[in-house]
Amino acid sequence: MSVNEATGTRPRNEAVPGAEPIIVVDNVSKSFGPLQVLHGVSLTIERGTMVAIVGRSGSGKSTLLRCMNALEEINGGTIEVCGNKVSMGDRPSVKRLRTDVGMVFQSYNLFPHLTVLRNITLALTVVQKKSRAEAEAIAQKVLAMVGLADKAEAYPEQLSGGQAQRVAIARSLALSPKVLLFDEVTSALDPELTGEVLKVMEDLAREGMTMVLVTHEMAFARRLADVVVFMHQGKVWEAGPPAEIFADPKTPELRQFLSSGL
Amino acid sequence: MITFSSTHLIYLIEAARWTLLLSVLAFIGGGIVGLALALGRVSQIRWLRWVSSAYIQIIQGTPLLVVLFLAYFGLSILGLDIPPIVAAGLSLTLYTSAFLGEIWRGCILSVPKTQWEASNCIGLNRLQQYRYVILPQAARIAIPPTVGFMVQIIKNTSITSIIGFVELARAGQIVNNSTFEPFITFVFVAMIYFAMCYPLSLASRHFERKLNVGK
Repeated sequence: MSVNEATGTRPRNEAVPGAEPIIVVDNVSKSFGPLQVLHGVSLTIERGTMVAIVGRSGSGKSTLLRCMNALEEINGGTIEVCGNKVSMGDRPSVKRLRTDVGMVFQSYNLFPHLTVLRNITLALTVVQKKSRAEAEAIAQKVLAMVGLADKAEAYPEQLSGGQAQRVAIARSLALSPKVLLFDEVTSALDPELTGEVLKVMEDLAREGMTMVLVTHEMAFARRLADVVVFMHQGKVWEAGPPAEIFADPKTPELRQFLSSGL
Repeated sequence: MITFSSTHLIYLIEAARWTLLLSVLAFIGGGIVGLALALGRVSQIRWLRWVSSAYIQIIQGTPLLVVLFLAYFGLSILGLDIPPIVAAGLSLTLYTSAFLGEIWRGCILSVPKTQWEASNCIGLNRLQQYRYVILPQAARIAIPPTVGFMVQIIKNTSITSIIGFVELARAGQIVNNSTFEPFITFVFVAMIYFAMCYPLSLASRHFERKLNVGK
């Protein structure tokens, strides 16, 4: 995909043919009891790209993201992340997945009983067995990246929503993941706080982090995503560069979604 | 006629040591088994859930008095001659653990599911999730109901008098039998019970404040 100054897509990591796929979703289906949420979803995400998954509530986009991270068991098809087949029941595979993939949630999910610093160092010391000093150095570094170096000793309840979400991003970053998943990370924030979180995500994208986000921030997706995926009724309805998706929707469903003012 | 004197008071206080000892036995034994039961109840392993649940149902549905009789008289009929303190300790442990197990299960379940997910996503295994994320938060929620139940236990130890313990309530009865001054005797008994229970409430408030960091 070439840079399109007219539509404002960013000049970075142009997806070249034969680029390295990092997540391969193949014909995945998922049901919750009698309710089938994903109907044969296939999607390939390449290293160093930002993929924005958009769609109405109930279209299965968050479920797809959770399946990629083994938070939900899939009922059919396969998901490969960094060459590793994702399966909730397969402990070594999940363990590998956890070192490759970081996830940020809509409700931040910081640990309320721990300081910001400890939220970040917990996995570094407990899982990665790093020394306390080493872990704290990493924590300070990622906190500085999200602009919260002065909040290390604060507790999550003392933070604003935007700050909490940036700490959550820092917590994921500290573990140096290869992919970051963002599940509607700005949906609980007011517009002003949304901006500070999107800024951090933009910085990450520019540094070449592979990012998959489920989002309602259309302007952000349009400006920064390499690929926009429109999901509808549990299927990938349309996918492509933002310029095509936004300017030239192929299906009436996407056209209607875009015109609904989201 | 004998009147209530300092000798009687000292006798009551000495008897209160049994109350205290039995309560401590109940807390320690019941606390350890109760935590195991709580974890068993929320385990991913089906038979563990089933066993813990059955244990809790059976003990909760049986009066402490009957458990005590079974432990003391029942086991001796089976040829196990166990001393009263063991029978009492065992019964109180069974009883306390069933209730604490159920209280603590509720506290564990009240930690939001998203805390499990977030800690899972950063790579913590189940044991680490409990140790660093879930139990510290559950403990904060658990303090008030746990202290409330401990206070009940202190008072419930009086039931062990039926297998021969002269603990505080029984001692009060004995003093009253010799002095015929029920009012003053039982006011002192009540005051000693209060002196044992009130510090628990104070400690509870202290811990709640201490654990409510960041609020």
